[in-house]
Amino acid sequence: MGVTKEEVEATLTSKLKPSHIEVTDTSGGCGASFEIEIVSEQFEGKRLLERHRMVNTALAEEMKNIHALSIKKSLTPAQWKQQQEAESNNTEPA
Amino acid sequence: YVCSLPALTPELKCTLDKVVKSHKVVLFMKGTKDFPQCGFSNTVVQILKSLNVPFETLNMLENEVLRQASKEYSSWPTFPQLYIDGEFFGGCDITVEAYKNGQLQELVEKAICS
Repeated sequence: MGVTKEEVEATLTSKLKPSHIEVTDTSGGCGASFEIEIVSEQFEGKRLLERHRMVNTALAEEMKNIHALSIKKSLTPAQWKQQQEAESNNTEPA
Repeated sequence: YVCSLPALTPELKCTLDKVVKSHKVVLFMKGTKDFPQCGFSNTVVQILKSLNVPFETLNMLENEVLRQASKEYSSWPTFPQLYIDGEFFGGCDITVEAYKNGQLQELVEKAICS
């Protein structure tokens, strides 16, 4: 029994109240492997390990049916804004 | 009805305490350092090899009891699991991130020298 990208998104949205979330199904559709980018105020003051633990805990039920979960980004809104700005600066012509 | 007993018995906890403290860097992984059987485990092995540090690995595919107990021990649901200086450091994503920003090298060097 697989897990859908929408289910992962819905669980994380209700538990971590993200201002930005992007879940990518990297399993090719069988729902066993996901990549996650998440921005939440709840990450404020937390180290990376604690942030990943929060995501893992939120998805505890789903994890039983997920084989691979890769958390690519777990940022605070301020860090996210900074990263977005840095990226847009890099693409601007000199 | 499936009865789920806690996998981490006091005996196993004691064993794992010893294992993670037996070497400065210990990796719980799928496969062995010469034959990783999962891309995520392989990534961490390659990072540790490139840092040129001695590390010990435990193959989680060989022992189901140890595999379940390890997940509870670290409160981490997946493998690989990296331990530095007896403390859980993180999984693959955290290790990659720390490798990129130099924190991993710093921490490992500190652990080896301590």
